[in-house]
Amino acid sequence: MAEIVLEHVVKRYPDGALAVDDFNLDIADGEFIILVGPSGCGKSTTLNMVAGLEDITAGKLIIDGQVVNDKAPKDRDIAMVFQSYALYPHMTVRENMGFPLRLAGMDKQTIRQKVDEAAELLELTQHLDRKPANLSGGQRQRVAMGRAIVRQPKAFLMDEPLSNLDAKLRVQMRTQISRIQKSLGTTTLYVTHDQTEAMTLGDRVVVMRAGVVQQVGTPAHLYAHPSNLFVAGFIGSPSMNFLPGQLKGGGTVVTALGEAQLPDRSRRALDGASGDREVIVGIRPEHFEDASVVGDKPGATFDAPIDIVEAMGSDVYAYFTVKGEGASSAELDELAKDTGNDLHGTGLSITARLDAASGVRRNSTAKLWYDTAKLHLFDASTGKNLLEAN
Amino acid sequence: MQPATTNRKLMWWGINILVLLYAFVPVFWLLSLSLKNAETLNDGNYFPTHPTGASYQAIFQNDDFVRSLINSIGICLISTLVAIVIGTMCAYAIARLQFPGKAAILAMALLVSMFPQIALVTPLFKIETAIGLFDTWPGLIIPYITFALPLAIYTLSAFFREIPWDLEKAAKMDGATPYQAFRQVITPLAMPGVFTTAILVFIACWNDFLFALSLTSTSNARTVPAAMSYFTGATTFEKPTGPIAAAAIVITIPIVLFVLVFQRRIVAGLTSGAVKG
Ligand SMILES: Nc1ncnc2c1ncn2[C@@H]1O[C@H](COP(=O)(O)OP(=O)(O)OP(=O)(O)O)[C@@H](O)[C@H]1O
Ligand SMILES: [Mg+2]
Repeated sequence: MAEIVLEHVVKRYPDGALAVDDFNLDIADGEFIILVGPSGCGKSTTLNMVAGLEDITAGKLIIDGQVVNDKAPKDRDIAMVFQSYALYPHMTVRENMGFPLRLAGMDKQTIRQKVDEAAELLELTQHLDRKPANLSGGQRQRVAMGRAIVRQPKAFLMDEPLSNLDAKLRVQMRTQISRIQKSLGTTTLYVTHDQTEAMTLGDRVVVMRAGVVQQVGTPAHLYAHPSNLFVAGFIGSPSMNFLPGQLKGGGTVVTALGEAQLPDRSRRALDGASGDREVIVGIRPEHFEDASVVGDKPGATFDAPIDIVEAMGSDVYAYFTVKGEGASSAELDELAKDTGNDLHGTGLSITARLDAASGVRRNSTAKLWYDTAKLHLFDASTGKNLLEAN
Repeated sequence: MQPATTNRKLMWWGINILVLLYAFVPVFWLLSLSLKNAETLNDGNYFPTHPTGASYQAIFQNDDFVRSLINSIGICLISTLVAIVIGTMCAYAIARLQFPGKAAILAMALLVSMFPQIALVTPLFKIETAIGLFDTWPGLIIPYITFALPLAIYTLSAFFREIPWDLEKAAKMDGATPYQAFRQVITPLAMPGVFTTAILVFIACWNDFLFALSLTSTSNARTVPAAMSYFTGATTFEKPTGPIAAAAIVITIPIVLFVLVFQRRIVAGLTSGAVKG
């Protein structure tokens, strides 16, 4: 069990690539931290630095109050689960899981007992004498987990441990990892690409972009209070809708959806900034509603030409396009690239999640409402969230 | 469909038999010569009419031959072992590490293997006589290792490159020192490569004639290929064809054994199951 602190950690590869820049994070003992971000943003690099597999260019890595920058991985007492599992193919499952213990010089009897315990926990008991080549993907993944947990290390590092599994298995393993981490109470740093893993597993989530930490917070906090456009677009599925707009004096925003009056709280957060300015307005799909269902809650309404309706049972997804250019910014472009939604059509596509009772139909116009209290306003040039105080 | 496959099978068998004949006719001929006696040696029969073990008896009664057989086995085994140990480490470094001068080392290794050996015989002879290595085991072992290493490094580094690097990282995380990771994780996986290389190196040493002839003068270190060239017949006018054939058959046996033993360890797909699902 350990507390891990990263202080101004920088990683520059020998070829000059700056992979991680000024990374600061305090990980409390027993905490489950998730690192997310688009491909190539430096997640694995960060993890490898904590592991000791990559040198730290500048800054300090402190484990349990001790600076460990120059310690070899074996002296850090940290276990790692690799995306590729990295099982030793010439050893049986038992030997694989016992390998760290054998290296630590434990006697055979203890190794046997510990491996048996871990195997029990991971439901691997009947596979102990098999070689990795004869295991299914999910079983291999569990062996990799087993090898990490047998030696009760100070911390677990996991680099996209579930990304090679199919969707169903991923869900199973996700809950299993969560359960194991909770019962062992071991500090964990977990890298993922997956929205759901990020939102469900972690105590706190670190969002990275191009080597720079964008925001750190609980999943709920990041969801409700993203500090910039990037975090707003990255967290949440389906993702937030972005519309270019103008913020007028007096707290009115004008977008392709019409005019909306901001509630007092938002106006105060804007700190009475006067004069017109360009903004990007963000609305999460669930903050739309069929106007006929809402009643007279405060908000704004508009006519939406619905293109497609997907009834999911519990709710209804409605897709429509409004006139105007899509909000453009470097951050949004990067997000689009990462998710593969690189479609620059004409007009601006919007996703709305409506109540199942809604009567919207495809190819018809519906009156939709959106919650102005839940609007996010981002500075059009810097991407900063104007309503959040940092 | 059915006749097509039969035809195809027939064709394969035909080709196989052709290739086997091509490869084995000279070998059987050698065997046949070794079993003939002096009178029937040149009778032109492919199969010996009166097989006899006289030639074999003769060579094993020849102390020089027995001694050269021991020399051959000893020198080749030691050379192979040393070349493999050094080659494995060197290939590992080349496959895994980035260090200045890596390209130069590889180029040098390649250069050494391309150098015509005959050009080196005189300098080697001079050097070895000067430092007292001439006509000793090390006098042959050292040049053999030199020429075996480039081959070993090239073959082995290809094998090392196939091993997922993640395994080594995993070993490090599991608490292994770099040497432990190399010894317990990487080397076992590189074994097929090691055995393949060992076979190639052993054959190269075993078959060397040039160095064996020029860097030895007595049966002290002379290996079988060189010793055979010193065989004499019963009289000066008689050619020792029978004993030479017998010796050739005898020295083929260790190499066949060596290959058979090691070949069983060349299992393909040793790294399967290491990575991905
Ligand atoms: N050995 C290296 N030498 C030079 N640059 C590297 C090296 N390894 C990674 N990089 C660069 O560092 C950046 C961060 O890489 P990293 O592997 O940490 O990304 P990641 O966030 O883990 O991405 P992914 O989600 O695709 O795994 C990338 O731009 C990558 O090109
Ligand atoms: Mg990665």
